[in-house]
Amino acid sequence: MHDPTSPHSPPRRIGSWTLIATAVAVAAVSFGYVGGWLAPHRLTPEKLVNQLQDNAGTFAGYRRNHAKGVCVMGYFDSNGGAQPYSVAQVFEPGRTPVVGRFAIPGGNPYAPDSSVPIRSMALRFAQANGQQWRTGMNSMPVFPVATPQAFYAQLQAQQPDPATGKPDPAKVGAFFAAHPETAAFLAWVKTAKPSASFATENYWSLNAFVFVDANGRRQAVRWRMVPEAADAGGHAGKAGDADYLASDLAARLAQGPLRWHLQVTLANPGDPTNDATKTWPDDRRTIDAGTLVLEHTEPQDSGSCRDINYDPLVLPAGIAGSDDPLLPARSAAYADSYLRRTSEEAHLPGTAAAHMPPEKTR
Amino acid sequence: MKTDPNTFTLAARVLHWLMAVLIVAMLFIGVGMVASVSERHEWLLAIHKPLGIAILILAIVRLAVRLRHPPPPLPADLPAIQKLAALASHWLLYFLMLAMPLIGWAMLSAGGYPVMLGTSLRLPPIFPVSPVAFAVLRQLHGGFAMLLFLTFLAHMAAALYHGLIRRDGVLPSMLRGRKTVPALIGYTDPPAAEGTNEVDTERTD
Ligand code: HEM
Ligand code: HEM
Repeated sequence: MHDPTSPHSPPRRIGSWTLIATAVAVAAVSFGYVGGWLAPHRLTPEKLVNQLQDNAGTFAGYRRNHAKGVCVMGYFDSNGGAQPYSVAQVFEPGRTPVVGRFAIPGGNPYAPDSSVPIRSMALRFAQANGQQWRTGMNSMPVFPVATPQAFYAQLQAQQPDPATGKPDPAKVGAFFAAHPETAAFLAWVKTAKPSASFATENYWSLNAFVFVDANGRRQAVRWRMVPEAADAGGHAGKAGDADYLASDLAARLAQGPLRWHLQVTLANPGDPTNDATKTWPDDRRTIDAGTLVLEHTEPQDSGSCRDINYDPLVLPAGIAGSDDPLLPARSAAYADSYLRRTSEEAHLPGTAAAHMPPEKTR
Repeated sequence: MKTDPNTFTLAARVLHWLMAVLIVAMLFIGVGMVASVSERHEWLLAIHKPLGIAILILAIVRLAVRLRHPPPPLPADLPAIQKLAALASHWLLYFLMLAMPLIGWAMLSAGGYPVMLGTSLRLPPIFPVSPVAFAVLRQLHGGFAMLLFLTFLAHMAAALYHGLIRRDGVLPSMLRGRKTVPALIGYTDPPAAEGTNEVDTERTD
């Protein structure tokens, strides 16, 4: 080390070196704390996504949740009904192109369609002004939990036991017992059957959002896509087809486009906007904002929905997130999942290698 | 005000300290938001993008200032290896303060995201949509951020070393430059006696 020419006494220099070392240490430790490396108990997006992988396996290139799905293309015809509440261009009368994706929850892209009673619809509306509205909706009226911490606890409880390959019923039971907010969801699940078609389902935003009008007035909302198709799914694939949802969708689209109505429910003051386990009372005002028309489907491995992150907080001016704590957690976790799967597509070093489940090695 | 060859210009000093605060804040905001699932993730990201673009603009101005006004020379007695380290780390810092925001902007473009700086202000994409490019750029954004933080730590340690141990003119040249070293850093004992101190040669104020 260079010996400074200034004749300082050793104590002064020890003091100076200590000061320098302290400054560096304080900066490094605060950085480590803020970045989570020194705060191991904080729930991070990485932990959530790791847990999704622990539960379902790691399938390189696929979404870490809702891994099995198909792309759909079409458009949204706005009737102007939501325009008084939101300045979003998508609600002006007229047409907005849409790239969407139907899926089933779970991280296994080869899971049979009958393995869960839930279906999902994700949409990306590309406004002419370059802004976008992305939304991911599920076919149930309530979410099991209200917070990311509870969602994480639920995933942990449902992690398959290595001995049986199935979740431990005692752990699952203990989770639901400790989380009474799951009651509404459990009641729904009791009556829910895996549907034979994506086309006949309702899809709920579950999370609340905020519409902002031209005067900056904010109105809390939730939305739902209500299907025109109402039959029980006569086009369902032949018995033994684990991928009947995709074949049903293709068969229906071959006959003509599929339609849904975008129903926007306006909250009354005091309705909970931060709790996706609670529905709003039935008498809340609902407006029909227009019609979603889906015309084509493409496989997800090559289709245009593959590389879209349906982050629910990618929103145009006129739509904003609410205080629902699930929203930022979704946004953060989807970004992490998106980075993993695109890194795998890019074959970056250190990324997961494809892992085939037993069912697919037939 | 006349330029003193032994100090940084006023513009350079203002830019230096303003950007030091902004860049260090950005590093903390960045690692804080990606490690959070709470509403912090949202509001930090809402600050991160416009602040990053502001840093890009400031960095361009700063580079222009730097090229027009060369910085004061390093102390003549500074060992060659330290001079080289200073030079290399300064250019690394310039490179990173320009590259970080450009990569942030390019990666969002490549990921197909609208690059929103507020609720309605949108920047045009600067990169074609490509998941492979997104992944590479996003990993680079994280990797360069770590490099930037380490460079900042070394830079801060070196500045304090110049100011507290060597007591040469380096730290004052970025603080105010024209005053004597001790007055600036709050020392009461007399400045270093040796003629190695290049800053104290001119006292105009
Ligand atoms: C904190 C709670 C939640 C977590 C951690 C979570 C996690 C995830 C992850 C990691 C993905 C894959 C994203 C990608 O790679 O693009 C995903 C997809 C999805 N999630 Fe969630 N999710 C949560 C809550 C919800 C809720 C409340 C809904 C209901 C509306 C929902 C609906 C969806 C849908 C529809 C998809 C599929 C999007 C697509 O098809 O690309 N999720 N989720
Ligand atoms: C000096 C400028 C910048 C610095 C120092 C900086 C720093 C960071 C850091 C430290 C992270 C976390 C990286 C990680 O842990 O993986 C990050 C993430 C990110 N940055 Fe920047 N950044 C800058 C500019 C920008 C700009 C201009 C944009 C966009 C316009 C941007 C967009 C993002 C995004 C989208 C993320 C990731 C968020 C997520 O994955 O959830 N950054 N940045």
